[in-house]
Amino acid sequence: MSPVGRDPEVFPPYLYDAYRATIRRSPAQPPLEITPTLSELTGPGPALSAVIPEDADLTRNAGTGGEAIGERIIVTGRVLAAGGVPVPRTLVEIWQCNAAGRYRHRVDQHHAPLDPNFIGIGRCLTDADGVYRFTTIKPGAYPWQNHENAWRPAHIHFSLFGPSWIARLITQMYFPGDPLQALDPIFNSVPNPNARARLVAAYAHDVTQAGWALGYRFDIVLRGPAATPFEPFERAARAGR
Amino acid sequence: MTPRRLTPSQTIGPFFHGMIAGAANVLVAEATEGERIRIEGRVYDGDHAPVPDALVEIWQANARGRYRHPVDRRPIPLDPAFVGFGRAATDETGLYWFETIKPGPVPFTAERRQAPHLNVAVSARGLLDHLFTRIYLESEPANAEDPVLQRVPAPRRDTLIARRAAGAGRAVYRFDIVLQGEQETVFFDL
Repeated sequence: MSPVGRDPEVFPPYLYDAYRATIRRSPAQPPLEITPTLSELTGPGPALSAVIPEDADLTRNAGTGGEAIGERIIVTGRVLAAGGVPVPRTLVEIWQCNAAGRYRHRVDQHHAPLDPNFIGIGRCLTDADGVYRFTTIKPGAYPWQNHENAWRPAHIHFSLFGPSWIARLITQMYFPGDPLQALDPIFNSVPNPNARARLVAAYAHDVTQAGWALGYRFDIVLRGPAATPFEPFERAARAGR
Repeated sequence: MTPRRLTPSQTIGPFFHGMIAGAANVLVAEATEGERIRIEGRVYDGDHAPVPDALVEIWQANARGRYRHPVDRRPIPLDPAFVGFGRAATDETGLYWFETIKPGPVPFTAERRQAPHLNVAVSARGLLDHLFTRIYLESEPANAEDPVLQRVPAPRRDTLIARRAAGAGRAVYRFDIVLQGEQETVFFDL
């Protein structure tokens, strides 16, 4: 089995000057290709399943009994392996700032109000068809220090483990029609424009609930072996004989 | 099934603390089988300044060398008191630590073994994708035969080997992660 490897069209380079923090944090040496072994073809994903349904509703999970302020939205989509196979019962973690553009985090000094009824943390498992679903509020844009008059476009952070260690993905979901995307070096660090566009959720009227919340669809495709996770190791094992 | 187009990565950013499932840097319970080890170290940037907002994640086999995962179907017992996943955020001095057990050896191919190692993923503000590396343990005879270490140019192999701290009274291994520059850690393309 040949190494899987990061596709340089899809995955951002580690050094991307316009995003200044990459300049001293990106490795100077190219990463070393290795053949995935049992260590990389396994992973913690299947063992991480400790969630409760309340974790998936960020408008109500602050534990205050109150509801978050903001435009209520539903974010849903499918988690797929590279081969197109749905990844069932896998952990999806999200975090985000509130509707005013403020994170509940000690480092965030943006002069915008905190919402006592919003912690900005959600997690859920995908169902048997690989579908996840969150109820939350639309996050605000916020300023940052990267360059003059820099603003992050509205985004939700996603973290997934998927079926294998190779499949690990940390990314950000953006909203359609946001003019700040074109100005954002983190978003623009994805080299291929089609790949970049895959980070933008689609407004989904079929997900929108009348009188309640707007719907967005955001599918996630994880890297790693395209076949079922059982085959590659056995193939690698045979190839080694 | 039609192959799908992959979702690109983006940085974890500076605001993940407390946002993703809590500090899980103690992997062991009283009932966990195996030799207790502590892994600790600092994450450094290209100026050798500590990185105070990194997330270090580990994935490892249990003491007998079995991964808790459906792909690993070898007839080796799982340890009900061990998952093998850990997650630690660095503090303001760049320090992270894990309390875990020494993993058993795992296969490379059917006939060849890998030395005991922990798989590592590092994420941080300023990293547009996580970085994969591995922690091997000093003084393991199997390191000399390890097929992945052998892929690493000899002068850089040391960056993957955690050093046993002297006089600690217990097994403490030091493993610094250098993102860039002198003694830069070897990272893997997977």
